[in-house]
Amino acid sequence: MLNKPIALAVALAISSTTTQAASRDYVSIVGSSTVYPFATVVAEYFGKTSDMKTPKIESTGSGGGLKLFCAGVGIEHPDITNSSRRIKQSEIDKCASNGVDEIIEIQIGYDGIVLANSKSAERMELSLRDIFLALAKEVPDPNGSGNLVTNPHTTWNDVNPDLPAIRIEVLGPPPTSGTRDAFAELALEGGCKSFDMIKDMKKSDNLGYKAACHTVREDGAYIEAGENDNLIIQKLDANPDAFGVFGFSFLDQNSDKVQGSVINGVEPEFENISDGSYPVSRALYFYVKKAHIGSVPGIEGYLAEFTSEKAWGDEGYLADKGLIPMPTDERARFAADAANLTPLKGL
Amino acid sequence: MTEIADSTRIVKESLNKRYASERRFRRLGLMAIFFGVSFVLILFADIFSKGYTAFLQTQIELEIFYDPAIIDPGHTNDPQVIGKADFAKLYKAALKERFPDATSRSARRDLYNLVSNGVAYSLRDTVLDNPGLIGTRLTLWLVADDEIDMLIKGHIHRDAPESDRRVSNQSIAFIEQLEASDSVRKSFSWTFLTAGDSREPEQAGIGGAVMGSLFTLLVTLSLAFPIGVAAAIYLEEFAAKNQFTDLIEVNINNLAAVPSIVFGLLGLAVFLNFFGMPRSAPLVGGLVLTLMTLPTIIIASRASLKSVPLSIREAALGVGASKVQTVFHHVLPQAMPGMMTGTIIGMAQALGESAPLLMIGMVAFIVDIPTSPLDPSTVLPVQIFLWADSPERAFLERTSAAIMVLLGFLVAMNALAVILRKRFEKRW
Repeated sequence: MLNKPIALAVALAISSTTTQAASRDYVSIVGSSTVYPFATVVAEYFGKTSDMKTPKIESTGSGGGLKLFCAGVGIEHPDITNSSRRIKQSEIDKCASNGVDEIIEIQIGYDGIVLANSKSAERMELSLRDIFLALAKEVPDPNGSGNLVTNPHTTWNDVNPDLPAIRIEVLGPPPTSGTRDAFAELALEGGCKSFDMIKDMKKSDNLGYKAACHTVREDGAYIEAGENDNLIIQKLDANPDAFGVFGFSFLDQNSDKVQGSVINGVEPEFENISDGSYPVSRALYFYVKKAHIGSVPGIEGYLAEFTSEKAWGDEGYLADKGLIPMPTDERARFAADAANLTPLKGL
Repeated sequence: MTEIADSTRIVKESLNKRYASERRFRRLGLMAIFFGVSFVLILFADIFSKGYTAFLQTQIELEIFYDPAIIDPGHTNDPQVIGKADFAKLYKAALKERFPDATSRSARRDLYNLVSNGVAYSLRDTVLDNPGLIGTRLTLWLVADDEIDMLIKGHIHRDAPESDRRVSNQSIAFIEQLEASDSVRKSFSWTFLTAGDSREPEQAGIGGAVMGSLFTLLVTLSLAFPIGVAAAIYLEEFAAKNQFTDLIEVNINNLAAVPSIVFGLLGLAVFLNFFGMPRSAPLVGGLVLTLMTLPTIIIASRASLKSVPLSIREAALGVGASKVQTVFHHVLPQAMPGMMTGTIIGMAQALGESAPLLMIGMVAFIVDIPTSPLDPSTVLPVQIFLWADSPERAFLERTSAAIMVLLGFLVAMNALAVILRKRFEKRW
């Protein structure tokens, strides 16, 4: 009985690969769930305004997307991968070893992460060090023993005498979220690095360093509020002592209810995020496999749509969906890369 | 004599206790059923009360002028030129005409956002189908934006402070004027049933997911049913009973209990990576679900073969039928109803499955409706999962409505199972 399904599967596989090998008439996109909401909108516009089929977009996460992307050249592999971080050298090498040697990098805009509280409370001015001391699972011993100890701080006042004496209560996304990863990487690690003893660990014990800098406390001060940012905003509105961690677009849409804390002296505002002075912001990217251009129809059209002013411009439809556009000169540079299909030349 | 009297006494004394225990058991059983039914009712009531509104779509009546200056300024009549025109200008002009007072930038923005931006594409398609419309005026019901839709359906409260809702006072003023002249209505939403996925809730539909589910189940059924039945017949009627067939039997029973995600991983490794089949295709989804439902079908089919009385086989053999004739002319028809039940239960299981499809790329944003088992597609449960994760409020009711459709399919499949079983049973 085992021979039959295998024989059938083989027969089907052969018949399907022969029809498949001939062509794929849609663009296949994988990658980051943070970029997914923007990429899907562009794909939909592209599908509706051109004769091409709408690209197919899978949300696999940045790392998973790059792994699929680098697996090889050929229509069974994706054409484009979205990423909420820059590609790593190791991934470029992996790509190259599989024959994917020309990759076009397009930065699409920025994503800012804010720490916000209700408008009825006072606005906070924090440093990354304060955020790390308030939210990390282990912090350097405040008594100066030089060891890492379980985070003893219960109020903001414990963290920094300049801050008010209210209990630390931060609502934020769960570990499965990309926003949480970026928050840990940019805010917690940013504060963590300001301690020499932890910074020294980076060379000797990279894993220990990562664990110390990226682990969020689990004693109830950081509350995992699910992926629904609307819900966090409702809770902040009801509780003036609580803080929330979410993407800038939600702050922008609810600026009548919540205010973003000033971090390292910079306010979370559109301009500050787009010029990079706000510390908890990151660029979003997608990568295109140059070898597929020409064999899979629609890649160039999708690139043109994504890099058009009506999509990623200051008043484009992506800004409506919460993407922070790049400054005009950066947009011009990446639009030129997209138009000329300029491949990435090392990091 | 005393011994009998004693035992009668013992029986009489314990009688009440035994009756009480029976009553207790009956009550417990009733309570179990009551709990089960009430949970199902609560679940259904919750889904239905949230979901039924998704079948209705708010529409706004406007007079559209198919302005040749916008659509085809050069009078080319060339579909290429017409297709590239900015059809959004048509409904924007109609809105401006309707509300001439709205001149400020923010008022204009609110005004244009009353109507779904998908209207531009539907206007384009009607003009491409019928170029004679250019230059005419028509009063049309246009699809409203999802936030206006939520307002009309009462999911956004008008009396809430302006800062607490996503629709501005200005927009509400426009809507109230339109309502005063009966230019707002809710009508049955064919879009929801026929369209593919979209990031704009008012343009999103389950048509793509339904087609994907159909293609997937078609592949599953056409492979799992013949293979499963053939395997069951061979194992039950022909195979020698030895350690080897025992081993196979144990393994089939084990496979039935393997978590479905494991079949997804197997599909990824074998069908995608080894055979190089396309990602996200219902063909691969169907193959994976075939592996998952095969054990169910084999086990059910074997059980129904076992239930056919031995006398039938002996009588057939006795009048000189061969083994194959016995099985196919006499045993199989009688076992068929049971096999069909098993198959349909397996299919229903496959219809509700999403975990194994995650591994082979069927959890994806796909707008175009699949037309063959090789086109990329999603399935109904995956569509429900994707919508449940979407931030727009209007996707909440669509999620529930998609669950209603999935439940509808399951009920229909089970009804079909009953009908088929009845028909086959009558023949014998």
